[in-house]
Amino acid sequence: MLALAIIGLSVFVIPLLGLLSRVPWGDLGELVSSDLVIDALRLSLLSSLAATAISTLLGVPLAWVMARTEFRGRSIVRALIMLPLVLPPVVGGAALLFALGRRGLLGEPLNQATGLVLPYSAWGVVLATTFVAMPFLVITVEGALRNLDPRFEGAASTLGAGRWSVMRRVTLPMIGPSLLAGLVLTWARAFGEFGATITFAGNLQGKTQTLPLAVFVALESNRDAAVAISLVMVVISLAVLIALRDRWWRAW
Amino acid sequence: MTSVSSQLGLEASFTVRRSPEFTLDLSMAIPPGRTVALLGPNGAGKSTAVAALAGLIQVDSGRIELGGRTLDDAGQARFLPPEERRVGVVFQDYVLFPHLSVAENIAFGPRSHRMGREPAMERAALWMKRLSLDDLAQRKPGELSGGQAQRVALARALAIEPDLLLLDEPLSALDIVTRALSRRALTEHLAQFPGPRLLITHDPSEAFLLADDIHVIEGGRVTQVGNADEIRLRPRTPYIADLAGSNLLSGIAHDGLVQIGATGLRIADHTLEGPVLITIHPRTISLHRGRPEGSARNLWETSIALIELLGDRARLQVSDPLALTVEVTREAIDDLELDTGARVWLSIKATEIGVEADYPGAYAIS
Repeated sequence: MLALAIIGLSVFVIPLLGLLSRVPWGDLGELVSSDLVIDALRLSLLSSLAATAISTLLGVPLAWVMARTEFRGRSIVRALIMLPLVLPPVVGGAALLFALGRRGLLGEPLNQATGLVLPYSAWGVVLATTFVAMPFLVITVEGALRNLDPRFEGAASTLGAGRWSVMRRVTLPMIGPSLLAGLVLTWARAFGEFGATITFAGNLQGKTQTLPLAVFVALESNRDAAVAISLVMVVISLAVLIALRDRWWRAW
Repeated sequence: MTSVSSQLGLEASFTVRRSPEFTLDLSMAIPPGRTVALLGPNGAGKSTAVAALAGLIQVDSGRIELGGRTLDDAGQARFLPPEERRVGVVFQDYVLFPHLSVAENIAFGPRSHRMGREPAMERAALWMKRLSLDDLAQRKPGELSGGQAQRVALARALAIEPDLLLLDEPLSALDIVTRALSRRALTEHLAQFPGPRLLITHDPSEAFLLADDIHVIEGGRVTQVGNADEIRLRPRTPYIADLAGSNLLSGIAHDGLVQIGATGLRIADHTLEGPVLITIHPRTISLHRGRPEGSARNLWETSIALIELLGDRARLQVSDPLALTVEVTREAIDDLELDTGARVWLSIKATEIGVEADYPGAYAIS
């Protein structure tokens, strides 16, 4: 049992060691402070946080409807919500392009009406990441809501609280730990997003090039830079996961 | 309380269809200052009644009026959501918000009614004082005893100054000793609430002790309405006879003997001292024409005051020395040639007598 557990853990640890073995420690400061890395880091942080915010704003009500109401075709809706988890992100990105690209189903009328162009823009990055990451939030929050006795919300409403007040003062605080876990999962998925982003938003440095995309490019041209950027991602991700570990585990 | 609502109270007559097989059909009027119990077994539709009155579900037909306001009217497609009803609910198991302190739980209602934080906390403090919860203000519900949680739930419901107070099984989550204490306290708190009160319970003695009128509900329908004596002495269905038809007496216990007026009853429990409530099921009382052999220690001769037939059973009333209802089969009526005025012997085994401590001073203790 323990031997297998150690082998299991090594699946996670060995690639990390491989990465660390190639870190150009001497040039690290210079590499990670280059314009390319700073641009990509800023975009990655902003787009992943924006995607998390949008996922929360839209995903919590979606999770609430899924957990609290009965309707026909619920299993189909659930499958649609889960789809981005299973689908290759590239396919998601392509689908977004057909829907919201300049010539897309919705993209064309949107462009004509407002002049807005989503693909190959920073908002395109946010959209692509949201598409891929939001299911984590919906699933986590829906599970938590299912475990929350609806009588708490009923009691709050008899005490005079309207629907939004109930959500803010009772529902969200009571599912707090699960919500936080969902936020972290969503953010982590958004932060590491690659396939849908490169397909829908392209790979323009300073505009749509996130950290994962920068790594992908650098692997071809400047291996030291690729390793340095990868290290930045590992450090940020580990820092977030460790900082939230207590609440995280309790929620699960 | 507005003067209008104090005249009108609750008037409800509605149906709610929960499934193709189950429809709740309820009609009741509760004047202000009066307590009505909705008494029935699990699955009788009691929770549905609470949900409909509180506005958590809509009625399918009929209407609900409270204090002159229409809460729900299926015919006119009017439905007032729960947050606008001013119906105070003490939920089964209390449903206190676990993430809020006692004070915040009680202030929740006032805060929801657009009261500022400070006045809401003052209102909460007032109710904590009235229900002796001052010391618990900063506790979380998880740190409360059952009796304390029940008082917090009551304070939370009363703090919105409701037009109707609904109590859904307010005592069933408590252990037996706390239940007797809480029941006494609840009697006093109910008396201070000026509006109509509806008590939902499956426990007949709770209904008898707390309510002025009792509506018995079975399978979604009210099968009998009356006060405690009418329900107990003249049960109209076998269910009521079984469940609600117990003899209920109060006396003083000392060393295995309960003194009820001039009569002493032997009980199995020798540890109980002081005021007690006694329940004796009518079917556990044995009836004989002559003095029976054997060692039953609760034995006396009396005469039958009344005989009522109920299906294949009969209920007999005796009044001397204790007012009791005795249940026998119809065959026994014929076999023993029983008639009104007939002299009979009654015996009750000590082990068949239900005894529960009662606390006249409970309010002071709690």
